[in-house]
Amino acid sequence: MQNLTELAPGSSAIVRDLPKQGAAFLRLREMGMLPGTKITFLRAAPLGDPIEIKVRGYNLTLRKSEAGRVLVEPASGPPPEPVQV
Amino acid sequence: MTRQPVFALVGNPNCGKSTLFNALTGLKQKIGNYPGVTIEKKSGTAYTQHGRPLTLIDLPGAYSLAARSPDEAITRDVLLGRRADTPLPDRVLCIVDAANLERNLYLVHQVLDLGRPVILVLNMMDLAAQAGLEVRADRLEKELGIPVIPCEAVNGRGLVEIKLALSRPEPALSRHAWDVPAAVAPAVAELQSSLTDADAKPPLIARAEALLLLTDPNAVRVAGSTPLSDRTAAILSTWKQRWETEGTDWSGILVNSRYDAIARLVEGAVIRRKQRPGTVSIQQRSDRIDAVLTHPVLGWLALGAIMTALFLSIFLFAGYPMGLIENLMDAAAQAVRSRMAEGDLRDLITDGVIAGAGSVVVFLPQILILFFFIGLLESTGYMARVAFIMDRLMARAGLNGKAFIPLLGSYACAIPGIMAARTMENAKDRLVTILIAPLMSCSARLPVYLLMIAMLVPGATFNDALLKVGIMTGLYVLGAAGAFGFAWLFKRTLVKGEPSLMIMELPPYRLPRLGEVVRQMLERGWMFLRRAGTTIMGISIVLWFLAAYPKTNDSGIGGEGEAAAGTAVAGTTAGTAVVGTAAGTAVVAGTAAATAAPGVPISPITLIAPITPIPPATSTATSATTSATSAAPEAPPPHSAIGQSFAGMAGRAIEPVIKPLGFDWRIGIGIIGSLAAREVFISTMGTVFSIENADEEPEPLREAFARASWPDGRPLFTPLVCVTLLVFYVFAMQCLATLAVVRRETNSLRWPAFQLAYMTGAAWLVCLVIYQGGRLLGL
Repeated sequence: MQNLTELAPGSSAIVRDLPKQGAAFLRLREMGMLPGTKITFLRAAPLGDPIEIKVRGYNLTLRKSEAGRVLVEPASGPPPEPVQV
Repeated sequence: MTRQPVFALVGNPNCGKSTLFNALTGLKQKIGNYPGVTIEKKSGTAYTQHGRPLTLIDLPGAYSLAARSPDEAITRDVLLGRRADTPLPDRVLCIVDAANLERNLYLVHQVLDLGRPVILVLNMMDLAAQAGLEVRADRLEKELGIPVIPCEAVNGRGLVEIKLALSRPEPALSRHAWDVPAAVAPAVAELQSSLTDADAKPPLIARAEALLLLTDPNAVRVAGSTPLSDRTAAILSTWKQRWETEGTDWSGILVNSRYDAIARLVEGAVIRRKQRPGTVSIQQRSDRIDAVLTHPVLGWLALGAIMTALFLSIFLFAGYPMGLIENLMDAAAQAVRSRMAEGDLRDLITDGVIAGAGSVVVFLPQILILFFFIGLLESTGYMARVAFIMDRLMARAGLNGKAFIPLLGSYACAIPGIMAARTMENAKDRLVTILIAPLMSCSARLPVYLLMIAMLVPGATFNDALLKVGIMTGLYVLGAAGAFGFAWLFKRTLVKGEPSLMIMELPPYRLPRLGEVVRQMLERGWMFLRRAGTTIMGISIVLWFLAAYPKTNDSGIGGEGEAAAGTAVAGTTAGTAVVGTAAGTAVVAGTAAATAAPGVPISPITLIAPITPIPPATSTATSATTSATSAAPEAPPPHSAIGQSFAGMAGRAIEPVIKPLGFDWRIGIGIIGSLAAREVFISTMGTVFSIENADEEPEPLREAFARASWPDGRPLFTPLVCVTLLVFYVFAMQCLATLAVVRRETNSLRWPAFQLAYMTGAAWLVCLVIYQGGRLLGL
């Protein structure tokens, strides 16, 4: 298990856990990032923070301070389709 | 006759909501603000396919009814019938991005809980198809039990079907029942009945509110304008305590179960095919563009190029229309002058009203250009990338990346910059951005900088030029550093609270929709004229009055005969370079070409913030003084006409306060005159020192400055005072027009008052340290 910031650009993972408390994490859940959701790490911003990920077919940016508290499990198998539903 | 039905249009940001709204309402739109907040309220008249009119309200884009921003709170409150100014919608038109169905349906799922009839519009069907997605509207319709209409709002496909759906007289209520998870179901039921009984909410709305209370841990935020009754609050806290001890993640359970229900829905309704070979979906194309535009090296180059283009076009393109506006205002003033007998009323019209109108309209070119660019950046999707790239830097000051464009725009003029802060959804970040924006050195400071730098470095050698550039750069950096410093301070003291979030969708790049960009630009311009324009115009008239009255005794109407009464020649008397002439007034007043009472610093031109200075209309009065001077045998008492005006009195009154900074009352008048616009300093000082046309030809004014001295003979404008004055102009809040806009944008008098106090206070303190420190060092 690693946190979201530790993924290599282009690699995918399954979200396993994210904090129960905090407005940021409620919003992340409401935007579709839930335990069991597949995400792809796309890139970090030119200054290293924030990061951009793909979740449920759209691109989302969040800061490392939040991403560092999202636990993920690297997904095996081929990288996901560029567009998911 | 029955009331015209009210429908609400609801959807995520970036799902094509505005496009659909424009397509359905055409030009029959009303744009205003929700009372009490500065959030745009858009409504319009749409017609069903059978020609029946209905009111369509375009609610702000939202991801969830568990609102996080003021925009989302409006959407929630209108849908829950909490706003007295907006009727509870009879029906809700939900629009979703068909290529991005799951996340879009989350909001729809919450809206369905409200029990209002819902029509679901699947937008961007073409883009979904490109991505290999076949979205079966009929299956969604069957599952949800509501009309589901595929559409491509951009090219008008599906509009007729939507209008037909609007025509349906009795829409079936949603059959879509989702099972509230067992863990929280009893709490929902209990809260619902309490909200119905104790809080007098309609049952279905009570249920929706109960679900929201169990989604967002912050009950106060959910309750918003309708605080919970004690009974409901007690029930809620009892349940929360119980779950706390059990370790139940109640909020997570609700969000998860909604997404589970959505997943089942989508599974049956969306068929994923292999993308046709050779086709590129919008998301794939967007990812390729992003590889360049957010690249660690290329990304900076692109951002730099785009921002330079934005900045340059404000400077270059705004100059021409601004000059035109100034000329028009001159012509108008001239026309009045030639038709009216001279007198106070004529002065009021030409120098008060027309100049005041000019001072409002002159901001429009910059506002329009900045908003055109912002619209373009938003419409293409690049705006979100700017925030993405700049976030790290802005985070240092406690802001997020979205503050970048408003602050950059403020380098041209704080007014469009502050208006651009509307793009920030976090209320606290937006407030801090508005508070610090005027610290960015705007173009109105430039003439003052140039004049005072020329005082400091009179030479023209290459090294002098370098030094000048260095000082100028230093002033710009000082302003920006001050802005960041204060942002940092305010985020830690004034608007403390939850740190700003940076959770943002990066929408796919799209071609800009020029029509919508222009439309939005015009809306912003109109809003500025309507909401801030009246205030700015009023202030201009008051400032004119303060500088023109009370008139000196001998400046009476038709005072030509008195011209010789008391005149002065600029700088003739050593020691007191104070010279404004009371009689100059009379001469001017008697001259057909003259515009105004003398010491009126606020001519149609001077009020206006020109990027390229344009000769003031008053310049026609130039020869007047000259002719009068011949009759002046000796220096008058140190009273110019402006010196005797209210502005002059104020200048003297503040002298004790500014003396520790090395400024005398004459500089005080200049500072007060700057309240109209900072560059007015120059023409005001010109009037004080009886230098005509000072903003055209600064050389005589510089010479007068060089000769100016204190009553005891010490020179006034020492290099130290010049530096202090420059720093004062960097920090001080001297723009009433900006304050008028801040009042509108923050919807309070408190924040502009605070802004005036903290900026001017900071200016005074920093200048005190510099001047007194410099004196100690023997400068």
